[in-house]
Amino acid sequence: MSNQQSKQVSQHKLTQLKALEAESIHIIREVVAEFRNPVMLYSVGKDSSVLLHLARKAFYPAPLPFPLLHVDTGFKFKEMYEFRDSFCKEIGADLIVRRNEAAIAKGMNPKDHGVARCCGALKTQGLLDALEEGEYDAAFGGARRDEERSRAKERVFSMRDEFGQWDPKNQRPELWNIYNGRIHEGESVRVFPISNWTEMDIWLYIREENIPIVPLYFAKERLMVERKHLLIPYYEEMKDQLLEGEEPKMVMSRFRTLGCSPCTGAVRSDATNMDEIVIEAAAARRSERETRIIDHGSNSMEDKKKEGYF
Amino acid sequence: MTTLNTDITKEIELLRLVTVGSVDDGKSTLIGRLLVDTKGAFEDQLLAVRKKRGAEHVASAAEIDLAMLTDGLAAEREQGITIDVAYRYFATPKRKFIMADCPGHEQYTRNMVTGASTANAAIILIDARNGVMPQTKRHTHILALLGIPHLIVAVNKMDLVDHDQATFEAIRDEMNDYCAKQGVRDLICIPMSALAGDMVAVRGDHMDWYEGDTLLETLENLSVLDDVDNQPFRLPVQLVNRPQTAELPDYRGFMGTIASGTVKVGDKVKAIPSGNETTVKEIVTFDGNLQEAFAPQSVTLTLNDEIDLSRGDMLVHPGAEPASAKIVKANVCWIGDEPLAARNKYLLKHTTNTVKAMVDSIDFRRDIHTLSKDEADELAMNEIGQITFKLMKPLYCDPYAQNRITGSFIVIDTFTNNTVGAGMVVEA
Repeated sequence: MSNQQSKQVSQHKLTQLKALEAESIHIIREVVAEFRNPVMLYSVGKDSSVLLHLARKAFYPAPLPFPLLHVDTGFKFKEMYEFRDSFCKEIGADLIVRRNEAAIAKGMNPKDHGVARCCGALKTQGLLDALEEGEYDAAFGGARRDEERSRAKERVFSMRDEFGQWDPKNQRPELWNIYNGRIHEGESVRVFPISNWTEMDIWLYIREENIPIVPLYFAKERLMVERKHLLIPYYEEMKDQLLEGEEPKMVMSRFRTLGCSPCTGAVRSDATNMDEIVIEAAAARRSERETRIIDHGSNSMEDKKKEGYF
Repeated sequence: MTTLNTDITKEIELLRLVTVGSVDDGKSTLIGRLLVDTKGAFEDQLLAVRKKRGAEHVASAAEIDLAMLTDGLAAEREQGITIDVAYRYFATPKRKFIMADCPGHEQYTRNMVTGASTANAAIILIDARNGVMPQTKRHTHILALLGIPHLIVAVNKMDLVDHDQATFEAIRDEMNDYCAKQGVRDLICIPMSALAGDMVAVRGDHMDWYEGDTLLETLENLSVLDDVDNQPFRLPVQLVNRPQTAELPDYRGFMGTIASGTVKVGDKVKAIPSGNETTVKEIVTFDGNLQEAFAPQSVTLTLNDEIDLSRGDMLVHPGAEPASAKIVKANVCWIGDEPLAARNKYLLKHTTNTVKAMVDSIDFRRDIHTLSKDEADELAMNEIGQITFKLMKPLYCDPYAQNRITGSFIVIDTFTNNTVGAGMVVEA
């Protein structure tokens, strides 16, 4: 025994992105092999775009063996809806869109009802209802462990009880690349094939693979309102939602992450192409979740996840 | 501070890492040091867990309450203990690291096994003042059993023993002896002070007597792919791809992740268990067909003859087949609430193959402090022993010491559906 490294040099090496890709494809295929009725959650964001790309790779040359499910809050950016519809059509994906119509009809919004209640109704309840309606026993999601500290603790196969809830203290051990997909009637799993990807990996992979993404990710002069520390895009419909002293103005900016328009901030940026985005991501000193209002407040992500949120 | 060069990041390799040790050993400080020095944690995440409010920037690991950063669950922060594995990510211009930060407490051994099973390297924390503790040995034994290719012993808090060379060497020698008994292939001991940063990312001025690399240099230079490339070709079939579309009416592709070895177009291959032989027609990927594929790529193969092959089967090269066994002896780390006992029935999931199994005998239970083999009627949670299983259908497996993918399986409780054991094939 000594301090030296004794290994012979291997002939074949995968770059870390290709190793992550192989791991993700393995996970996606395993779910299709072991579950009766899987669905892929598609939020139209960059992580969803990578997840969808990996799924297409996994089953090539066959079409996707499961539908995509977009849980729409009605508050997404219009560029997201345009991108969603044109891209799903282009690749021939079976897209299901579900909304919590009851809550939307009652006028649920973050300003009057608070962010937590709005998310709870439009995202969490919308998702749980859609999963129940579709009788899906497995739902793929594009969550990453580097996003947030409770996500850092989540398994790739995340068990949910019949209420769709997560019990973080009692997670199944996950060993090697062997995933235990056995569940009881009524239970389901959320599966996170890109658990081990970082924000940087996502951008590098989008660049390497030329994956189409919503144009909001690229910097442009955009009409914005500054609210607390956030840059919020301004639309005509928001006129009477402006707070005292707020004045829309043009700002060169882009989004690091995309959610609902009232609750997702942009960042000042000159990055207009993938190379510039990668450079910006490498230099970033603050996490992407900082621009998401949903994450601010103690334990918020963990609490929401326990209730059934992604 | 290490910065990412965007041209290099495309080419870097992945290293999976596990860290074990208790908070008292300075594990959180060490992880914090690695994250801060490699920019693996963002400023807003660090500011949220700083000890003093009001600071605009976080200058050093000492200013941060790192347990707050790594303990992601409310229950962990309430109780001040780490319950479950947390995954952390950092990168240098050479490598990306996936670090599974594992709880040290004995009752959470099951979570440590989760974090360690896929690791290429492990960092074992030792407090230089305390030396090798029973817990250190327990961790090291499990890491050795899991076949982690490289063990790195971080002898931390050297500043509290006046950076004394003899103290370090005594710990190093004891660990060398203990590891030699267990077939550990590569052990590296590094003296350091995570708090001061000495020997983590930079050498510092206090331990010139140590000639080895810093921890970060060591991590950057470890060989990643151990020996999977030189092992026989194994492709456990995950799914059969039959699009049955107008363009591809008769297409049959065999999808799977290559567990070990290499396969080329034209290679003679044999299907296990049918025994049918044929040749590889194409290696299909979304990015175009390949001439050659290797572990751990996820691929789709088409074959020149129609043979009997489906999920749970394996494609191999003729003459280099795995064992096909209905009796399997394996080291088992038990992680279930209910103990394992003779005659109990379980499911074993091995690669893509799930079979019914019965515990034929508990050959011995390992005392992880003395390493002695003790007689036992059951294995309780967190205990380790050698078990002989009788199977309803064969497993196509290799000894774990040769192949971590085709030599491993999980034990599933058929009543709760929980994963209750981690199995490593000794003999089949």
